[in-house]
Amino acid sequence: MTVDERILKPEERAAFTLRALYADHGYRQYKMSKFEEYDLYVKNKDFLISDNIITFTDTNGKLMALKPDVTLSIIRSTKDLPDGVEKVYYDENVYRVSKGTHRFREIKQSGLECIGAVGKENLCEVISLAAQSLKKLSPACVLDLSHLGILQAVIDSLNVPPETAAAIQRKAGEKNLHEIDALCTEANADPTATEIFKRLAQIYGQPETVLPQLEHLLKGTAAQPALNAFSAILTGLEQTPAKDVLRIDFSVVGDMRYYNGAVFKGFIEGIPGSVLSGGQYDRLMRRMHRNAGAVGFAVYLDMLERLQEGGGENG
Amino acid sequence: MDKFLNVALPKGRLGEKVYSMFENAGYDCPAIREGGRKLIFENKEKKVRYFWVKPSDVAIYVERGAADIGVAGKDILLEYEPDVYELLDLDIGKCRMAIAAKKDFRDDPGRTLRVATKFTNITQNYYAGKGRDIDIIHLNGSIEIAPILGLSDVISDIVETGTTLKENDLEVVETIVPISARLIANRASYKFKYKEITSLTAAVADQKEQKKV
Repeated sequence: MTVDERILKPEERAAFTLRALYADHGYRQYKMSKFEEYDLYVKNKDFLISDNIITFTDTNGKLMALKPDVTLSIIRSTKDLPDGVEKVYYDENVYRVSKGTHRFREIKQSGLECIGAVGKENLCEVISLAAQSLKKLSPACVLDLSHLGILQAVIDSLNVPPETAAAIQRKAGEKNLHEIDALCTEANADPTATEIFKRLAQIYGQPETVLPQLEHLLKGTAAQPALNAFSAILTGLEQTPAKDVLRIDFSVVGDMRYYNGAVFKGFIEGIPGSVLSGGQYDRLMRRMHRNAGAVGFAVYLDMLERLQEGGGENG
Repeated sequence: MDKFLNVALPKGRLGEKVYSMFENAGYDCPAIREGGRKLIFENKEKKVRYFWVKPSDVAIYVERGAADIGVAGKDILLEYEPDVYELLDLDIGKCRMAIAAKKDFRDDPGRTLRVATKFTNITQNYYAGKGRDIDIIHLNGSIEIAPILGLSDVISDIVETGTTLKENDLEVVETIVPISARLIANRASYKFKYKEITSLTAAVADQKEQKKV
């Protein structure tokens, strides 16, 4: 049987292309049921993009949910491997409230997760696959990469109360330097650390130009060990297809209760928001009483509907 | 080659001030001064395209990428919480978001406070932060008459000079947050038009500094 590729919609074509890419790299498909017990989501509500969940009572009286997310189910179904990793990808529909209509929508999502003894190689492979996914979708793409260890260390050295720290982190996500300034002044934050943090929030560019600036900026500070780890990841990515689309951008801020280390977001020219989002989520694993490390990302295929046809390596 | 920058400006007095700032920063577009009912203007040489939109819609145009950058009041940003970069405080269009009440108003903490406002989200967040139980009455204009007619106990609105309040026998009881115009940018545009957006931001920031001197 042959399928005429011309009849495929952009998001369908993307789903097939990504599937092939992930399978080629040794990831196996994870097929899940449409429902999960509500309990799983309610315990990690803040991890979800929207906290509204469609629920219903199953015939046995259990409260069930139409899955709003895939990562949590995957974590639950994998085992801690002491010296290996489990590599899975998925291509699923999830149910979330869309911001514009405030109504539930079915959203097509692809992605992969690498769970277990995650080392630098695994990390680089996942980031590189994220970059390759974007390239498959459109040649005009960037993958913004940030490191929460660095942000955390600098925020800690500001010496401000936790609620101010959280607000400052949100402002970094908006590149909102004037309000970072105002918040730091109000909380009597350490002036040197304030300047460093503002500079971090502002930084944007390719690793080879930004990394020397970071080294200069963070030399001898508490963020040095995290910077070394970040720098090692960047070195590991030099020989991968990710190299030319990588940008360092500390406005990529993940929720620090779940994420740690490298976090990233992908953008495609012509689509107003991020189409890919991911990172290391060891902290989420701990919250789910798991010892293993984990890294993964999701591609929001519904965003591709408006993408003009003909782009990407596959087009 | 430089790419065209799409700029959403808020229609009205604030927008004119903003355009002057952009003009002085080297991003002029003479056609815009000619008046008329046209809403889109471009300067092919400077690679900039301006359009006038309703002030409360600027954030939507920018968030959804129809405009790469735009200027919106902080009130709009706090109310709609668009997912955009906030690159600069322009220090113009300054006012504050405040709670006002009739001059003889005494708050009874034992009762639910009725608040009339156009800014539901900001008001709810403010009172939630204080742990106060409130009832929101959403109005689209002439908020000041709500307490006079007994529709609400207080109002939550933008106060510039306080004249309207005074003329209606109201006064500010507390300030929620100071407001001014902010330069915002679409997240994806920031990546793909990085050079254009950062040069414009720097030029406008220079203008702001020069005005201060």
